[in-house]
Amino acid sequence: MSATPPAGSASLKLARSNRQSPARKRADRFGDVSLRLICAAAAVLAAVVLILIAKEVFEGAQPSFSKFGFSFITHQEWAPPLEKFGGRGLIFGTLITSAMALLIGAPVAISIGIFLALLAPTAVRNVISPLVEMLAAIPSVILGFWGLIILGPVLVSTIEPFLHNTFGFIPIFGAPQTTGASIFNAGLLLTIMVIPIIASVTRDLFAAVPRELQDGAAALGSTRWEVIRGVVIPTTLSGITAACLLGLGRALGEAIAVSQVVGGATESHLSLFKTGGTMASIIALQFPSPVNALHLSSLYYLAAILLVIGVASNVLASWVGRRFGGEYAR
Amino acid sequence: MSFLRRGEREPFDPTQPLVATGNLRRRHLVSRFAQALAIAAAMAAVAVLVIVIIAVVSHGVKAISWEFITATEPNGIGPFLVGTGIVVGVGTLIALPIGVLISLFLSEYAGNRLARPVQTLMDVMNGLPSIIIALFVVSLVANKQTGFGASIALAIIEVPLIARGTQEVLRLVPGAQREAADALGVARWRSILTIILPAATGGIVTATLLSVARAAGETAPVLFLTGLAHGDQFHFSPFEPLPTVPVKIFQLSEEANPEGFTQAWGLSLILIAIILVLGLGSRALLNRSKRKLTR
Repeated sequence: MSATPPAGSASLKLARSNRQSPARKRADRFGDVSLRLICAAAAVLAAVVLILIAKEVFEGAQPSFSKFGFSFITHQEWAPPLEKFGGRGLIFGTLITSAMALLIGAPVAISIGIFLALLAPTAVRNVISPLVEMLAAIPSVILGFWGLIILGPVLVSTIEPFLHNTFGFIPIFGAPQTTGASIFNAGLLLTIMVIPIIASVTRDLFAAVPRELQDGAAALGSTRWEVIRGVVIPTTLSGITAACLLGLGRALGEAIAVSQVVGGATESHLSLFKTGGTMASIIALQFPSPVNALHLSSLYYLAAILLVIGVASNVLASWVGRRFGGEYAR
Repeated sequence: MSFLRRGEREPFDPTQPLVATGNLRRRHLVSRFAQALAIAAAMAAVAVLVIVIIAVVSHGVKAISWEFITATEPNGIGPFLVGTGIVVGVGTLIALPIGVLISLFLSEYAGNRLARPVQTLMDVMNGLPSIIIALFVVSLVANKQTGFGASIALAIIEVPLIARGTQEVLRLVPGAQREAADALGVARWRSILTIILPAATGGIVTATLLSVARAAGETAPVLFLTGLAHGDQFHFSPFEPLPTVPVKIFQLSEEANPEGFTQAWGLSLILIAIILVLGLGSRALLNRSKRKLTR
């Protein structure tokens, strides 16, 4: 058998040799079974790794769990030297940064998906689409560094005072602080990370909505926007939800960029402009140098919470896509 | 009926240009407005990308020189580039066969009922926060600092990416080729290894390049598993701690030292350049191999 002959001739040669020798037949039976087994073993290996990940994380969390139980989730104090650990502030910080990322990011990303799939001429789409994907390729450590050095000072000097003066009566827009590190900054970075994920998934969804449905609505006198609102979005709603869940999973688990700009505080407060912490960012900051064994275990506890939420949002995303996704939504 | 009402007010004048009025005019305006918002959203995303890249390039070029790229610390970053190269290279070598085999399993062997859970498994692995994978490998290697440990963590991150990319191209291999091989009595494993896989090579390379780009920028695994290494001399063995680019950027950003910031910008520029070149190259390759397959 030569290296890479044209498909047809190789098959022909193989077929002839097949018919001729019983040894070849035995070899083929062996090859078939073993390749199937090797492929299945790779899939099983992946499953085993996932189970091992869950096992190691939960085992690491065991000492902390047996000491604090579920009250870990509701207690606020995080004081490693005193062996007091409570994750409320961190869970709160995680939820508020992720919520901010989704509230700002999802509408923008869906609009980008609409633009790329339905509005943009092909030439424009071929330029903008890779650019949006490039945004996803920027490593989080560089985005975090940029957020710390460039975005932080801009937020402190202009945007935060403006928001505080205009909407200061809402508690989340508290008094601006002097450092650029804040929950607000972290939320904006997460927004930047979430947008390309949701945008590329929704773009593919919208592009798969059948032309006839849209043309039908247009023929009945709908404007471009009415076609999108009345036909495109309803038929892909489940897919959009799944995309947002994917984005949420990314935002919840992002550690490095957040830890660079969030400031590393552990208490919960309402103001977006103060420093704070998220579960993943505290792990990134404190895991390399734990104060004591219980501290390490509590970090694993946070990771276990993160793991449960992360897996749940992913499974939910694929379930929503499958369960409610009609023939067009996937 | 709006016609009637308007007809009562002003008689129809066929010489007037046809302009939407009233409700229709409002609907057109709303539509225009919504389209403008969508365009603005796309522009905003591109603007953010441009702003970040301009910041990295304009600050980074000040640090870049031949010595900066090749020398050891404190003048250069050579050991970090070598370290990232080795860690990512070893990780990719582990991930590539596993990812390809899983995608083969999904597309060639697993029926619908088996494929679904494996697919979900890949999705879950893909969505797993990298920091959890890092924690897992830390306890797997008993907290020993080696480049190899980081490679394992990166491999876990890369496997679902390679599997998904390969699967997408395997799907494009024409069913007629498989059927032709079957009809000629070619054993399944021979047709997979000699016909289907070669046809999908372009896609496999693309997916691998993309996963390399992703792995090169991952920080949490290398921070936990090989973060204590120093860049004052070159290290080449994956079984000792290797200094890496993302960890150095992370550490420099934690210190408030202007000189360190310049170095961090330089590192960022090199890292982002490598990643974007990999991304663009793989995209060009993918388009080429897709054209070949669907021709």
